[in-house]
Amino acid sequence: MPTAVHQLDDGAWISVNDSREVTVSDLWRLATDDFCSCSLTDFLSEGFVEVAADGPHVEARVAGQCIRCGASGVTGWLTLGRVDPDTDTFYPVDQGAIRRPNCQSADPN
Amino acid sequence: MVIGAAHVLSHMPTKVERWKDEAYGMEIRDHLERFASEGFQSIPEDERDAWFERFKWWGLYHQRKGQESYFMLRVGTPMGRMTPEQLRTVGEVAREYATGPVDNPEFGEAYADFTTRQSIQLHWIDIEDVPAVFDELESVGLSTMQACGDSWRNIVGSPVAGRDADEHVDVWPIVQNLHDRFKGNDLYTNLPRKWKVAVTGDYRGAGQGDINDLAFEPAVKEVGDESAEGFNVRVGGGLARKEPRFARDIDVFCRPENVPAVAAGLSGLFRDYGDREDRFNARMKFLVDEWGPEKVRSVLQEEYVDYELPTAGEDLRDEYDYNAGRADAPGDYVGVYEQRDGQHFVGLSVLVGRMAAEDVIELADLADAYGSEMIGLTQRQNVIVGDIADEDLSAFLEEPLLEEYSPDPHPFMRGSIACTGTEYCSLSIVETKNRMVRYARWLRDNVAVPEGVEDFHIHLSGCTASCAQPQIADISLRGMKTRKDGDAVEAFDVGLGGGLGENPRFADWIEMRVPADEVPGYIANLLETYEAEREDSESFRSFVAGRDESELADLADPEETSYEDPYLANTKMTWYPYAEDDAMSASPAPTDSNDEPLATDD
Repeated sequence: MPTAVHQLDDGAWISVNDSREVTVSDLWRLATDDFCSCSLTDFLSEGFVEVAADGPHVEARVAGQCIRCGASGVTGWLTLGRVDPDTDTFYPVDQGAIRRPNCQSADPN
Repeated sequence: MVIGAAHVLSHMPTKVERWKDEAYGMEIRDHLERFASEGFQSIPEDERDAWFERFKWWGLYHQRKGQESYFMLRVGTPMGRMTPEQLRTVGEVAREYATGPVDNPEFGEAYADFTTRQSIQLHWIDIEDVPAVFDELESVGLSTMQACGDSWRNIVGSPVAGRDADEHVDVWPIVQNLHDRFKGNDLYTNLPRKWKVAVTGDYRGAGQGDINDLAFEPAVKEVGDESAEGFNVRVGGGLARKEPRFARDIDVFCRPENVPAVAAGLSGLFRDYGDREDRFNARMKFLVDEWGPEKVRSVLQEEYVDYELPTAGEDLRDEYDYNAGRADAPGDYVGVYEQRDGQHFVGLSVLVGRMAAEDVIELADLADAYGSEMIGLTQRQNVIVGDIADEDLSAFLEEPLLEEYSPDPHPFMRGSIACTGTEYCSLSIVETKNRMVRYARWLRDNVAVPEGVEDFHIHLSGCTASCAQPQIADISLRGMKTRKDGDAVEAFDVGLGGGLGENPRFADWIEMRVPADEVPGYIANLLETYEAEREDSESFRSFVAGRDESELADLADPEETSYEDPYLANTKMTWYPYAEDDAMSASPAPTDSNDEPLATDD
């Protein structure tokens, strides 16, 4: 079964296989030179802009801002987690993980 | 490189439009009643997102994660106007049905929220109870129809229209006509997005038309020797998503009898030309951005109305004082005012708009006992009791209930507004109402009110949706996160100097990402500077307007004080912020109608 993903509440939530799994307003650490000049972007997610499933991986582009420097904008594609194809269970990327746009994030648990 | 939000926001979901195409509007009532009779679990899990979106049209919002099976229910009251009987019914419905597994520490077991768009919100509603709630509300002429969803929302305006001793046009008959015409009307059932209308007939600007999709604003038009009373028309206002717009003048004067035709034309134009492929770009304000007011006017004229639209008349905006930050007039309806019939209406302060269900019932009984025929909910989340006879006024003002809901409150209690926040809302980043209550009390007890200030407006909104209208306040607080001592904490961006009036102005965002426990200290420091540096009786708004960004940044610093904030951690990740065990895993939801957990596959 392909993974069904979509946004809810005007980008405040991502639904994975009809279950609310990822919400905005979390702080994520991003390793990217593209968002701001901070060595590690301390990113507040404010809204999901695009969401897609790449095989079992759920990815999104996210509007938000770096709470260290105040830069705001939209990220590249970030992996939010993956769906176990056997159980359909969604496993989010660990909250403390360092995330990198356009590539698999550190070890979804 | 940071990608501009405007570019990327052009790729938004169209799923909501597909869901609406399948079923929407009046027919949702039948589905709601079926699900109610069969129980929450009868809503197929893979269809819940679609049904919850559709339920909004009938005023039901599913509450946030951790509160599955519970709904917020919104009742739309045109211009916030009700009878005491209707208010009592709201209180009784709240007492009977708006109770959840855990009480709120500030407001108790059951309460009603009065909103910034003059509606009423109740929480913890079980779907099984919805038919009974509808029956009770409808038995007194109240309805939840189109209180939410993509359609004509509740029409706002001054609740004392027709009673106000100082008004241009009594708009109550006009608003009743619009309400009857556009609620349940198939032609306007499914719009690209919400459609918010304000009709203002008073000299105060109490309709706050500037922040609505469509605003009828009082005006006079000279036609030959005749001076016609009516309205100028503005379109495309709104505050959400860091994209605030004031409604724009489309150079149209509208006589009262033509209001329905112009309203139908503009909402039809929005229905046909609004963006249905991108919900973030769907509001009328973006169509006005794209077209400009001149094209809106010409398309309205050519395609939607069959008479020649007159050009705009002379407006009366220089008299506006409602939420205008003026030093010479109150910015709200709190207090005692004389009606045109010699009786009085009394505006009562309801801190953050939340009133215990028992108090709602007591207020309704009180209004009834004093012969009032009109209760008014204001856009400042307060309540008005109309028709108090001159000889009864002193006794009414001595009623014990008015100690809590005062017509003469402390300025910090009077001016505080807050949205729903993480207590129930999916969108909010921070806890709001209970925090604003604590802020107001701390400010009252610890901060000297600047000389001559009677109402000082602090609007606290949990996110950029801006339901507490944060951009139009003396002090604007918008929910954020930051780190404090390495830990993620709830925080606020702080704006200064916003307000409506003749020349409306959005707040300047001056202090960003202030930890929530340092906000009261910041406000205290700011007001101390204001008191020391202002000229004579200069209003706070004028004081801010006279300074540039760097001067404003230098006015004050955030600071820890004796204020303690119990909600500093991530309330969004609790199932309910005030539960003893607030962990998401401790949630009893989904529950049955007795708040007992339902068996799940897990």
